[in-house]
Amino acid sequence: MQRNKVVQTLTMVSRCYDEIYGITNRSAARADLEPLTQWLGATPHADLAQRQHAAEKTFRELGITFAVYGDASAAERIIPFDIIPRVFTARDWTRLKAGLEQRARAINLFLADIYGAQRILADGVIPADLILTCPQFRRELVGLRPPHDVWAHISGIDLVRTSEDDFWVLEDNVRTPSGVSYMLENRAAMIRLCPELFRSFRVAAVDSYPDLLLEMLRSVAPPHAAENPVCVILTPGPFNSAYYEHSFLADSIGIELVESADLIVERDKVWMRTITGLVQVDVIYRRIDDDYLDPEVFRPDTILGVRGLMRAYRAGNVTIVNAPGTGVADDKAIYSYMPEIVRYYTDADPLLPIVQTWRCREPASLRYVLDHLSELVVKLVDGSGGYGMLVGPTATYAEIDAFRAALVAEPHRYIAQPTLALSTVPTLNATTQAPRHVDFRPFVLSGPKGVVNMVPGGLTRVALKEGSLIVNSSQGGGTKDSFVLLDGASD
Amino acid sequence: MLSRTAASLYWIGRYVERADFTARLIAATVRLDALTSQPEGAAAWASALTVIDALDDYEAEGLPKNQRHAAPFLACSKTHPGSIFNCIETARGNARAVRTALSREAWGAINHAWLLFQAHTDDSDIPALLQLVEQVQADMLGFTGALDRMLQHPSSMFIHLGAAIERADNTARLIDVKYHILLPEGELIGGVIDRDQWTTILQTVSAVNAYRYLYSGGLNATDVIEFLTLRRELPRSLIACANEVVNQLQAIAQVTGHFDQADSLAMTRLANLRRLKVGQIIGEGLHEYVEDFIDQNATLAEAISRQFRFI
Repeated sequence: MQRNKVVQTLTMVSRCYDEIYGITNRSAARADLEPLTQWLGATPHADLAQRQHAAEKTFRELGITFAVYGDASAAERIIPFDIIPRVFTARDWTRLKAGLEQRARAINLFLADIYGAQRILADGVIPADLILTCPQFRRELVGLRPPHDVWAHISGIDLVRTSEDDFWVLEDNVRTPSGVSYMLENRAAMIRLCPELFRSFRVAAVDSYPDLLLEMLRSVAPPHAAENPVCVILTPGPFNSAYYEHSFLADSIGIELVESADLIVERDKVWMRTITGLVQVDVIYRRIDDDYLDPEVFRPDTILGVRGLMRAYRAGNVTIVNAPGTGVADDKAIYSYMPEIVRYYTDADPLLPIVQTWRCREPASLRYVLDHLSELVVKLVDGSGGYGMLVGPTATYAEIDAFRAALVAEPHRYIAQPTLALSTVPTLNATTQAPRHVDFRPFVLSGPKGVVNMVPGGLTRVALKEGSLIVNSSQGGGTKDSFVLLDGASD
Repeated sequence: MLSRTAASLYWIGRYVERADFTARLIAATVRLDALTSQPEGAAAWASALTVIDALDDYEAEGLPKNQRHAAPFLACSKTHPGSIFNCIETARGNARAVRTALSREAWGAINHAWLLFQAHTDDSDIPALLQLVEQVQADMLGFTGALDRMLQHPSSMFIHLGAAIERADNTARLIDVKYHILLPEGELIGGVIDRDQWTTILQTVSAVNAYRYLYSGGLNATDVIEFLTLRRELPRSLIACANEVVNQLQAIAQVTGHFDQADSLAMTRLANLRRLKVGQIIGEGLHEYVEDFIDQNATLAEAISRQFRFI
């Protein structure tokens, strides 16, 4: 009965691939995922809703909240949690993992190159002016080598899926990607509320993420740091939308969560103020943007950063995670060159493709985009969080006109992509389950000598509104647990 | 430990304690109010507002001094910084800032109290309000319980230290209630209403039975004053609080290896209290003694914030 309902709703978005039921009106699940549909069929809706409610109640009591900027009435909201997990097979994951490793290595080599010898520009693989005029390219950092030559220590690489075998990189987040705490808290909630699912599926554990993170942080300490390097997480403070995550991570790995006022730079070293005096800091996992890091170098009016931090960084006395300047690698115009970048540094074809991208800075592309606005997704090259974005097929005429004007005025600030038929996963609503679009953000850790690590999992974001393609939590998106099945779990 | 973390923990201790005290004060004043006939009920609420330095704020709002207006003001006011709501909100803000230093249970208790206030909308429903105050007190008790199960670590020590400093201040102010509330005309010192007022004060610190146990001679002002100031058996007496401050500072010093001005001030205060007799307090004037104690306590609090670089 319930299954029929799902299928009926599915036909409305039948262009899309459903990760459980496949592409058409098939009522049977993909073979690997049968335990999930059996569970969905056997568990009454009220029971699922009650468990989902219990999870959200826990999140609220733990204060797992985030702030939506510009919405004072909802200063503290929880991100909606959906009880129906999204499942990757072992085969899916093996492919993704290889592609993610390749991409993280290429991004680090790319950053080292453009802030160093700039070979890729000299060889004409990417137009030099694209890099040199990118606002995220920090001219003042050229020639600077971070400890161990690691730039993007933590990458959140957003993937979408359009069929059983087609995964696409939607964007790279290599500044301060967030969401990993939801990966861990969602899993904890699922194990507590749906233990039977973990008996029918062999799900790979994600709990080692904090250990991998600490290991990575310690491994990138300046070479002359003490044997037990002091690592800290630098947060803008409790009013930041991701503050819960900052404190959750500091708690999970047992390091101090510091704010601007806790740090001071003296003799080109970074110190934190403690109840017994100043203690030297070796590694700063910062969760604030480059712009706010140091008033001496970046925005002079910042109150979130630390005066003199960049002096200490230049002197090689502190590691900043991610390194300042990495934003150039997640610029969406530069993203369009990622296949060339991956080939250039790894001598191999990219294992994960990107989405076709029109760079509006190029006149021919701009013309095409202006002629097809109602079909395309238009994005700011440096936008994030789902802001500054046009989804043509669902936009109003007024929105399209506004974007048209903006595109004509500042074409270099935009790219456009086709509207993808993002895959769906059944999602609980008030009365039943219905397919909703999802994306996926795994978290990739990069250390010295090309070492790349990740846990088998990530954050699945789901657009809760029917038909919506925008999964960002700031735009009404929710999250799901992401199961990665262990090999042999599907027989 | 970060200085900022230590400061936040210390202020969590203080604000949770202050919220608890204001809750006790409301309950006690509701009772005092009931003991006197109008318009003397106004004196009870004026006294409650005076002891926590809120009378000026209250009068500025132009509200009549009665339960209907003063109880919501003390419990829920967004403008009065000492309202229970604002204490919980400040404690929660500090707890959020040092979430990593608290156990889930300790955070959960404060957050739960805060959520109760979010759900409370109707200030005119006095029974619901008094029930809310009771529930908040239960959460504060839950917080203290969670604290005792936390790792023996400077985290819990700074919270205990803040709580002890605040409790000393609160008990001193509570004793002063009797100075501010006048007996109705024709009532005698030692008379029924006088003694009921002292009983109410004892109830505020949950100590009526403890008093009966320690003092066989019945209720009289001198014994109650001695009990609230100099008897270490009562956890809220001035001397017990002074002792707790010394203990927590010593525990912190053992971890940090540092010893400074706050430690010596705290020990001097304890030594003075140990030598003190209730006759001296009454001879000097109870109100004067209490005011002096509150000032000394504030000086000690300043020394603590300097010593651990709170600012």
